[in-house]
Amino acid sequence: MKYLKQFLIIIAISFAGEVLHYFIPLPVPASIYGMVLLFAGLCTELIPLSAVKETGDFLVAMMQIMFIPATVGLIDSWDILKDRWPVYLIITFVTTMAVLLAVGMVVQLGLARSKKKEGRENA
Amino acid sequence: MLSGLISQSVFLGVLITLGAWFLALALRKRFDYAFVNPLLIAVVLTIAILLATRTPYQTYYDGAKYLSYLLTPATVCLAIPLYEQLEALKKNYKAILAGIVTGVVTSLLSVLALALIFGLDHAEYVTFLPKSVTSAIGMGISSELGGYSAITVAVIILTGIIGNMMAQPVLRLFKITDPVAVGVAIGSSSHAIGTARAMEIGPVEGAMSSLSITVSGLLTVVGAMIFQNFIQEASGRRSGGRGQSERKIMPRGGQERRKAYHGIQRADQEFQPDPGLYARVLRLRL
Repeated sequence: MKYLKQFLIIIAISFAGEVLHYFIPLPVPASIYGMVLLFAGLCTELIPLSAVKETGDFLVAMMQIMFIPATVGLIDSWDILKDRWPVYLIITFVTTMAVLLAVGMVVQLGLARSKKKEGRENA
Repeated sequence: MLSGLISQSVFLGVLITLGAWFLALALRKRFDYAFVNPLLIAVVLTIAILLATRTPYQTYYDGAKYLSYLLTPATVCLAIPLYEQLEALKKNYKAILAGIVTGVVTSLLSVLALALIFGLDHAEYVTFLPKSVTSAIGMGISSELGGYSAITVAVIILTGIIGNMMAQPVLRLFKITDPVAVGVAIGSSSHAIGTARAMEIGPVEGAMSSLSITVSGLLTVVGAMIFQNFIQEASGRRSGGRGQSERKIMPRGGQERRKAYHGIQRADQEFQPDPGLYARVLRLRL
């Protein structure tokens, strides 16, 4: 019963995200609104962690599997990609790596700096 | 008779997906190289099964959609690890925020640079601008600016797969090992698909990655509005305003695309385009 109750709360928040998505004219998905709502609920202790924890962890752990169906759908997109796919692939690959490394370096540098300031270890 | 069974089965899609996933996990265990990526292998296996049995994607998806259905609640639940790592977030918020802003700017700048190198026109350029963010946000931006949403969705998924697969080994190669830095880097570069992998690496990585999806998604909405001006539409083609000229060369769904931004939430009822990736992701808000 506990898991079902947790699932109920998670679905209720997802629905609240859909409501926000419906009324706010921004290209922001329901899931992002829902994530912000749940985070706010947890921080304000309106939603205790124990009310969502186990089911939430299970859903997060399963997440990679949930991406498989949509990704397999790329075979249907081949028609629109086939003309210029090498260019698209190069752009996608290069920009992804650029962002990955730029962000990683900036954050690591920033952390090292603030650590030095505090004179503590352990981030 | 067999094909009738395949096309009517409700469970086959999920069975193939889960089977492919666990086979991929077993392969990963056997060959422990970073590049043996379970998500990629599971996708390739599933595609191979569909092609070998000549099952149309739609048939597979009719069953497998119940897995995709859980994506929204699962994404909502990313708030849980984030909350659990609140201390790490508070303590390092400056570096984290600097990293996310860097990520958004780097993504937009690198797309601009490559667009200039490859001579992309305005429509193609704005198609790529929102490529690093979660697909519902990216698709909205792309269609609003006059890009090809369907290509944007494909590119966003591809970006996620690249991040899921390569982020950890590449970051390690460049000696970026701090969990907070790894998490923000993965979330900024490869949104939810990367984050699903970050969750496996560790709780701090996963939490920081979740945070980055949200913040960089919202910042990209603003950033892309600015960056769209850096490659203009060819002057001869802009007569009819946004979308007039490129609609002719839209791969598919030209009309629908215009509705997509203002009517994303009503998309389910308002239009039923061909069962392409674009439509599905619209329905799922991945």
